[in-house]
Amino acid sequence: MSETPNVSRRDLLRRAAAASLLASPAAGLLAACATSTGGGNNNQGGGTKTANNPLGMKEDGEVNVVIFNGGYGDRYAKEVHEPMFTRAFPNAKITHKSSQAISTELAPLFAAGNPPEFVNNSGEKSMDFGQLVSEGQLMDLTELLDAPSVHDPNKKVRETLVPGTVEVGSFDGKPLVLYYVSTVFGIWYNGKLFKDKGWTAPTSWDAFVKLCGDIKAAGVTPYAYAGANAAYYQWNVILTGAAKLGGSEVLKAIDNLQPNAWTNEHVKNSAAMWAEIGSKFMNKAHEGLRHTEVQLQQNQDKVAFYPSGDWLENEQKADTPAGFEYQLMPVPVSGKLGAAGVRATAGEGYFVSAKSKNPRGGLEYMRRMLSLEGGKGFTNIVKAPTVVLGASDGFAFPPGVSSSQAALKAAGKDVVNLFFDGDYKDLDQEARAATNELMFGRINADAWATRIQKKADAIAADSSIKKFKR
Amino acid sequence: MRHGRYPFIVGFLAAPVLLYVVLVIKPYGETFYISLTRWSGLSAPVWVGFDNFERLFRDDTFWKAVRHHGVLLVALPLFTIAIALFFAFMLNVAGGRARNGQAAGVWGSKFYRVVYFFPQVLAIPIIAVLFQTVYRPDSTGLINGALNSVGLGPIFFLIKPNLALWSIIGVLVWQAVGFYVVLFSAGMANIPRDIYEAAEIDGAGRITLFFRVTLPLLWDTLQVAWVYLGIAAFDAFAIVSVLSIDNGGPDKNTTVIPVEIYEMMKQQRYGLAAAMGVVLFFLTMTFAALTLRVTRRESFEYS
Repeated sequence: MSETPNVSRRDLLRRAAAASLLASPAAGLLAACATSTGGGNNNQGGGTKTANNPLGMKEDGEVNVVIFNGGYGDRYAKEVHEPMFTRAFPNAKITHKSSQAISTELAPLFAAGNPPEFVNNSGEKSMDFGQLVSEGQLMDLTELLDAPSVHDPNKKVRETLVPGTVEVGSFDGKPLVLYYVSTVFGIWYNGKLFKDKGWTAPTSWDAFVKLCGDIKAAGVTPYAYAGANAAYYQWNVILTGAAKLGGSEVLKAIDNLQPNAWTNEHVKNSAAMWAEIGSKFMNKAHEGLRHTEVQLQQNQDKVAFYPSGDWLENEQKADTPAGFEYQLMPVPVSGKLGAAGVRATAGEGYFVSAKSKNPRGGLEYMRRMLSLEGGKGFTNIVKAPTVVLGASDGFAFPPGVSSSQAALKAAGKDVVNLFFDGDYKDLDQEARAATNELMFGRINADAWATRIQKKADAIAADSSIKKFKR
Repeated sequence: MRHGRYPFIVGFLAAPVLLYVVLVIKPYGETFYISLTRWSGLSAPVWVGFDNFERLFRDDTFWKAVRHHGVLLVALPLFTIAIALFFAFMLNVAGGRARNGQAAGVWGSKFYRVVYFFPQVLAIPIIAVLFQTVYRPDSTGLINGALNSVGLGPIFFLIKPNLALWSIIGVLVWQAVGFYVVLFSAGMANIPRDIYEAAEIDGAGRITLFFRVTLPLLWDTLQVAWVYLGIAAFDAFAIVSVLSIDNGGPDKNTTVIPVEIYEMMKQQRYGLAAAMGVVLFFLTMTFAALTLRVTRRESFEYS
């Protein structure tokens, strides 16, 4: 079962990511403070607002922090963020907890009305953000985003974040989740292998198809993904391609469950292009393999290209052989967007529980986490860039993350993102199943699009499912 | 002593009844209630009547799961019982008469008896992980490695939509056989020797012995086995969940109701999950009642 942590690891960068829980059973003190609405009211265990404490939390309150112990571990919280917090507020109490099954451990606390203050909601067993939002469990982060930043009091917190961060964590325009880790998606290859063989990463579709032919002739499987548990990597590539062909509105339509969003010509064209790769350049056995098994093959140079996000390098760190250098290539398609366009997002979600005893303590913890020191500390430990501007400047990232950061810079304005998988898990499931059918040759692009559209329409018509508008 | 009798009986019954009510009846009742609500587990459930059930009956995936239970219900008991009976007969009766005049199994039967029980000792998820390796579609798989080396492979056990469920049934049977070998062996040990001797004197061969003596006298045990295996056919969660690709895939071709329940629980749609649980409950009860009724026969009392 060695893949379990990895599954969680991958999932953690998806929207359903992180829950770190600063729950405060500081029950006795301000028991009356538990609120029943989504933040913004003043009955939240408030203290006096000062420069050090602009959110006015109670300085001797307790903050329960729950961190998902997956790919990033929980060291960054224990060794960086929590000490920062207690240094600033020596009388406050932090209760740290790490968990690999956030939902299992925390859902009962939410149901009982005693949720932890600060949660890193991540991993395969993360709580469903859509449900949390529709139940009003998440604290509105507006006040925090408008508070002065820790390292530069002249700026608001929101001005110290990578553009787009707030939007990613907003539901119907309300910022409720902090996605902390900057993430770039693309197609990965071994830079050393390519150099040895004289291959160069293609920037056009024709060059990609031609290179795949050369790679196949050299006895290497040109393209692979793991059908058994990572099919969403492949729909991600198909949709990124569609957005590069037809512009980011293509993805917006999909996220908003619009009619004919999946049967849009650009989406179908992209699916057809990838289906051709599937029939010519993939190994049929990979449908039955898991992510770790296919990664092993790539590490052994039996597979050339593999789609994933830039957490891959850190995830594989222990198993990567010396002669292997992860490099990212953007999906080699251009149209409305340039060939350098990528899907990038902020991943690893953190939230403050609106109904916890000390939500302002949770907000303050988040503010400390978003300081330059907090961001730098995180990057030092987990080797991943955060959404804190400037916090990873000059940091020597390993080659894979360097290449993804370079790709993000090169993409300029051509950066797209999508959210439907976090909002509507059923649709993600359907897209995964259909994508395996498509890529391993059982259905064509039309049938693929029609099938997923049918599911999207069903969800759009289902009044019991909370909808989100982008 | 009459006045002391009721407290005595009540004293014995109270604890088990209380435990049963708290640990079984109450959760069942709650599940029935939740199945009529929409509930995310975060705040109070919202009453929706039979909405969840209507939703299920319109859901293709749910019907796929029900069909798979149908296949399992026939295949799992049939194969398991057939194989287990054969083994048990070979281990206990088929070896002819030992020196002490008792019937015995074939040579080495004590060893086999232990071996057959091995799968029963392993935790089910471990079996599923083992079979991931056995079935793996490339040359690192146990079966496909052998097939590929002689140029016959590969067979995509868990990938081909019409083969995947049978591959999983194979694992379930492999896992269950050991237990039923033991169960049937115990049943066979209860059959009086003189019946066999009498039949043998009348000239019955092994096959006649099996069908005319062993099988009828083992009927009660078989019936129990059938109900157990039928109930197991409504579960299959761990094997499908760990072994199948893409959670009951390919394209839901191996999914079963418990796997779908788990999916819904992961999405915190507990009302829908509970509704599936209720359907499963009635399916299981119906099956058990039907089996016991259909297989009812006069049982044989050894005097």
